[in-house]
Amino acid sequence: MNLNTIANSIRRSIVKMNARSKASHSGTALSTVDILTVLYFKTLNIDPKNPLHVNRDKFILSKGHGSSALYATLAERGFFDKSLLEGFYLDGGILPGHLDKEAVPGVEVSSGSLGHGLSLGLGMAIANKVDGRDSKVYVMCGDGELNEGSMWEAIMFAPCQQLKNLTLIIDYNKLQGYGRTNEVINLEPLSDKFTAFNWDVFEINGHDYTEIESALTQTTQKPKVIIAHTIKGKGVSYMENQFVWHYKSPNEEQLQQALSELI
Amino acid sequence: MRNTFIKTLVQLAELDKRIFVITPDLGFSVLEEFEQKFPDRFLNVGIAEANAVSIAAGLALSGKIVYVYSIMPFVTMRPFEQIRVDVAYMNTNVRLIGVGAGITYGPAGATHHSIEDLAIMRALPNMAVFAPSDPYEVEKITEESVHHQGPMYFRLAKKGEPIISNPTHTLCLGKANIIKENPQNKITLLFTSNASDIALEVEEQLSQHGFASDLISMHTLKPFDYDTLEVLLKSKDFIFTIEEHSLIGGLGSVVSEYIAESHYRPIFKRFGLPDEYSHYVGSQYFIREKLGFTSRNITDTIMSLV
Ligand SMILES: Cc1ncc(C[n+]2csc(CCOP(=O)(O)OP(=O)(O)O)c2C)c(N)n1
Repeated sequence: MNLNTIANSIRRSIVKMNARSKASHSGTALSTVDILTVLYFKTLNIDPKNPLHVNRDKFILSKGHGSSALYATLAERGFFDKSLLEGFYLDGGILPGHLDKEAVPGVEVSSGSLGHGLSLGLGMAIANKVDGRDSKVYVMCGDGELNEGSMWEAIMFAPCQQLKNLTLIIDYNKLQGYGRTNEVINLEPLSDKFTAFNWDVFEINGHDYTEIESALTQTTQKPKVIIAHTIKGKGVSYMENQFVWHYKSPNEEQLQQALSELI
Repeated sequence: MRNTFIKTLVQLAELDKRIFVITPDLGFSVLEEFEQKFPDRFLNVGIAEANAVSIAAGLALSGKIVYVYSIMPFVTMRPFEQIRVDVAYMNTNVRLIGVGAGITYGPAGATHHSIEDLAIMRALPNMAVFAPSDPYEVEKITEESVHHQGPMYFRLAKKGEPIISNPTHTLCLGKANIIKENPQNKITLLFTSNASDIALEVEEQLSQHGFASDLISMHTLKPFDYDTLEVLLKSKDFIFTIEEHSLIGGLGSVVSEYIAESHYRPIFKRFGLPDEYSHYVGSQYFIREKLGFTSRNITDTIMSLV
């Protein structure tokens, strides 16, 4: 199957989940899908049949409010049955709006409070190094999430540990919770900041599979950051780059339109 | 509650130029009016709660009255040590406004639930802890907050709560809000915050069983109205507390600590949430059922005691 087909199927799951449950964060989820698709269908060394294998690569979705994207991707990859997606955010379901590591296999950490994931990933990457495993750790954060001081504590610390096995992916969709990212706090020059903090920096189009895969697979001597320029709501025309889709959920008509665009 | 809060604050801010609002990137569809009317007294500091709290304290040390608005765990637990030193220790006029009491955020999951906030905020010296049961209490205490000296914490639910207070009663911080009381009643239900709906149902169910009970909103956990509690202990045989908070450290703890050191021996029981994080997925009402925090369960337990 080609990556675009997989990504579309994941996006369809996401809009259905959020429409059914009237949950927020459709835009948040959609901007991550192309990267998740490459990670879970190309890059990560994982086995859905053996999700706790000690030598697996680990992926942490630090922006836990984008949970619908990770749940949909894990189901697409066969970690659990897709029917479980139907109970997302609903009474008696097993998938809450923010990630719960006890909910389903494949969710490495619980998240939903921003600014924890990179430090958790650091801990895991250090453990891999100490235990002599060459497994890798990938963390995805939001651009707004970079406002958190804890992110910068981890960003300063990672290079001191020479962690070649750690990759941070920034979902740079230019929107956050109460405004446009660079109007709330200007992150620029972002790539220079990471260079100055001693990371290897890759700046890519986060919806271009070739660019994503090449950035993910290049080996580095330092921790790696991928600044992925993305579009919040990517794939659904009326959601793209629209702030309200951080909060709104699609009604029936909007759902049908979204599904018709995602084929 | 959050709408009443912001509506009241906008009115107060027209008159008092010291009032300032800080948000760590929260408050969509709530804070816009304040932002538009008072752009110089509104700051979105980004998703950075620790910074938000200390900036608020710096502003307060410069004469401002600063309201920091966010989802409950992010305005209490995330920046806790900043609150301890910069707000509580230095006794600054910062007001921490948390939305989403207890399991109000239901299906969002446990990161967004707040079942420990009363315990930890109550443990801070100088901190006033306000956990309103209805929009009327929110309005009155928001008005009082402009004059109050020292820090305050507001535990707000979300939106759409009915008014249960008697609007002819004066309300102030640290004084119980008596919704219903009769000297003949032997049972008193003390409740706080967003457990008011359950408390009202329990009162109704008990009356169907032929037992009349008092309903008292303990909207201030600190300073606590021990005078009213003392009066109740003198005349009532049964005291029950109801709160959508862990049984550790909230209203039930305040009352039981007092009773334990007094010479009163009423039949007493705390009702609240168990000492666990919810892994259930569903609405607030669904999770209440799963955790056994329902009016039916509470009424049954009370009936077994009376
Ligand atoms: C510590 C913390 N503070 C605040 C929030 C509330 N919140 C949820 S999403 C969000 C905005 C996130 O923006 P960004 O990181 O850019 O992610 P996006 O949704 O744009 O992908 C905020 C402030 C939170 N979940 N955690």
